[in-house]
Amino acid sequence: MSTLRGTGALVRLILRRDRVRIPAWILGVAVFLLGSVATFPVALDSAADRQARAALMNNPATVVLTGPGFGQRDYTFGAMVANEMGGMTAVLVALMSILLLVRHSRHEEESGRVELLRAGVVGRHAPLTAALVTVIGVNLVLGALLGFALPVVLPELSTAGSLLFAAGLAMVGTVFTAVAAVTAQLMEHGRAAVGAAASLLALSYALRGAGDLGDGTLSWLSPIGWSQRTRAYVDGTGWPLLLGVALTVLLLFGAFLLRSRRDEGAGLVRGRSGRATASALLSGPFTLALRLQRGVLTGWTIGFVLFGAFVGAIGEQAAVFVRENEMARRYFEQAGGADSAETMIATYLSLMGMVAGGFALQSAGLLRAEESAGRVEPLLGGTPLSRSRWALSGLAATLCGSVLVMGGAGLGAGLVYAGTSGDPSNAARILGAALAYLPAVWVLAGLSTLLFGVLPGATGLSWLVLTGIVFVGMFGPLLRVPDRISDLSPFAHVPMLPTEEFTPVPLLVLAATAVLLTAIGVARYRRRDTA
Amino acid sequence: MNSDPTAVTISGLTKNFGPTHALDGLDLSVRTGEVHGFLGPNGAGKTTTIRILLGLLRADSGEARLLDGDPWHDATELHRRIAYVPGDVTLWPNLSGGEVIDLLGRLRGGIDQHRKEDLLRRFDLDPRKKARTYSKGNRQKVGLVAALASEPELLVLDEPTSGLDPLMEETFRECVRQQQREGRTVLLSSHILSEVEALCDRVTIVRSGRTVESGTLAELRHLTRTSVTAELSAAPEGLAELSGVHDLEITGTHVRCEVDTPHLDGVLRELTAVGVRSLTSQPPTLEELFLRHYEQRSETSTPEGANR
Ligand SMILES: Nc1ncnc2c1ncn2[C@@H]1O[C@H](COP(=O)(O)OP(=O)(O)OP(=O)(O)O)[C@@H](O)[C@H]1O
Ligand SMILES: [Mg+2]
Repeated sequence: MSTLRGTGALVRLILRRDRVRIPAWILGVAVFLLGSVATFPVALDSAADRQARAALMNNPATVVLTGPGFGQRDYTFGAMVANEMGGMTAVLVALMSILLLVRHSRHEEESGRVELLRAGVVGRHAPLTAALVTVIGVNLVLGALLGFALPVVLPELSTAGSLLFAAGLAMVGTVFTAVAAVTAQLMEHGRAAVGAAASLLALSYALRGAGDLGDGTLSWLSPIGWSQRTRAYVDGTGWPLLLGVALTVLLLFGAFLLRSRRDEGAGLVRGRSGRATASALLSGPFTLALRLQRGVLTGWTIGFVLFGAFVGAIGEQAAVFVRENEMARRYFEQAGGADSAETMIATYLSLMGMVAGGFALQSAGLLRAEESAGRVEPLLGGTPLSRSRWALSGLAATLCGSVLVMGGAGLGAGLVYAGTSGDPSNAARILGAALAYLPAVWVLAGLSTLLFGVLPGATGLSWLVLTGIVFVGMFGPLLRVPDRISDLSPFAHVPMLPTEEFTPVPLLVLAATAVLLTAIGVARYRRRDTA
Repeated sequence: MNSDPTAVTISGLTKNFGPTHALDGLDLSVRTGEVHGFLGPNGAGKTTTIRILLGLLRADSGEARLLDGDPWHDATELHRRIAYVPGDVTLWPNLSGGEVIDLLGRLRGGIDQHRKEDLLRRFDLDPRKKARTYSKGNRQKVGLVAALASEPELLVLDEPTSGLDPLMEETFRECVRQQQREGRTVLLSSHILSEVEALCDRVTIVRSGRTVESGTLAELRHLTRTSVTAELSAAPEGLAELSGVHDLEITGTHVRCEVDTPHLDGVLRELTAVGVRSLTSQPPTLEELFLRHYEQRSETSTPEGANR
């Protein structure tokens, strides 16, 4: 098998290059799943609480977003884990697999590094094989880790059920590793290969959502559906895993066939060509910034509109649940308010406000990303564009984007809630409530700009701050974090509309803070070297 | 056009990056209307100088004037009058080359479409391709077309032809000559000596952040040695005592030596006095000329030799 020569060495090379990235992914997925599972007993101590939860989960919006809800008649912790965490964790594992595989196959080839290796003693199929071996290996390790760790974190979970559940996750990851291996052969560029594989992942999540809502047929077309149909923790059965194995083998066969039929560096689908001249819209730094974040902004907006609609839909049901659940009621009372549907919506909106801070950091962080990629040099060095105009134009795009994202969330939630409550005026009230988080979101953009001006290499630290804010925002009331700490978060000062009273002063103070941070950052940027 | 006789004047410029002395008292003077070569070994400080001229970096000390303005304070006004091509053009991966050229042109207040079309044709560049898919040479062409189409007073080019094939290199040379005919000034940093020889009126050579030589190529040649080989009628005497003679080898009536070019006259007199049967003399090649300036690093070891 001379086409495989060098595979072992390449596997070692991948493991060495990703000695931080791979453990970080494994740890990230484990913390997401195990961390969430660990909080289950905190809010849902009694069987009655869990039954109430089952009733809450049994509505169309939740079924589409989570899972088919096996074992709802006796909603054990195990059934909860499988139903509520299974789908999302599978998506996470699949994303990890897609990104890792494309990184070590198509991206490598694109960078020309493969050519360097192939010119040596490495066989034609070795790079793809090495990437597959590594990523499938990562899935197996992750599966074993989760399978054995779940019963440790929550002793009510059976070992057999946990192993089956984790095997389902590893199966989804393996299938999407193989999917990515195929798209990496078809597409000329890594980004396109990731995009194509991720679209298939989204499709398979949507298929199982539609299937779970209906009679379940469509779910059988989705690897995520297969993993959920192992009915782990309920009346487990392993054979749907075999469907995944069969599909993987088939896809891998296709990938290697495609690989041996194409040239190094070539794809079967050629990249689309662009415009020969710029449209009238692309004429300055602001429209350039919008253009560069078009994809990101579209993704965030769609996501927030959908999640907003979900929040609007479950508001009423969730409120009933909170009324009947002692622990959850205490949680929400400490988070500030009465037990109505609107409190529920307000709570979700504040969570979404914090998450929208992620958009602000990503968008404002573009200043640093563009600078370190060397793409500002031709703009600032070769055209009359000034530094402050360039930076402020980028931030103006961040501002518009944040309005779009939070506005989308508010409209989604508001329109659906107006529909379910039968009161059209609710739409505007909820939209207003969502927009009230904007000044706090801008403070984060300001922080990113400040770091960009003062300590450009440390712009990424702003993400650490956001992590802290989200953590305190979510778990602060539960963990009784003292006020003087939780008040450091800009989001702590936003009135929880529509239930709380609207007070303009904190919002104005937040907006002024954002302006101040931005002004200092831009002023310092004007005076420093471009790096 | 600019009536000032010098487009760029730099004296005693210094710039440190932490412990690295990137520039250590650099001087540079570019006359209006000339093509000025900016040469030196890797890490000599050429790009750093250029980035200071463009207002991207701030000098630690020294004087820098650009088109009679201050490169840092008057950056935006000055940039209307200059165009710049970096040695490694990085583009926005999801914009096409045509979009990038138009965007840069619009930021300057518009470019001549005919000029752009003409340059696209001459450089054989497909403007529809996404920047992500351009090869190194084609990325470089995008930068060149954007700069050359923009009709500036001064063109600042930092190794602009890296990655261009020989055919495109020739196109580039034609374009630079045309720019010069149209009265523009060009500052060209390059490692390609034939390019420098073909285009530059004057050159400045820098090493370890300092200017080591500046002048026309003829003047620089004058500073180096010519190798002389001669067959004489009789064995020469007293050649070794003449000043400016090096590496003298005499085998019977056959003579080989290296002569400092200013002393060539005296040496030839001495030879003809003995009687010359045949004579070949070779001016230094450009390579020899530059290598001599580049290599002195080891002889005059400066502390900046510790430039990382
Ligand atoms: N941003 C920076 N941070 C630290 N050191 C730098 C930085 N930029 C340049 N240097 C250092 O300054 C010195 C001069 O670099 P410069 O890029 O100006 O050289 P150059 O003459 O353009 O070389 P080349 O011919 O390789 O392009 C080098 O020692 C380099 O390592
Ligand atoms: Mg350089």
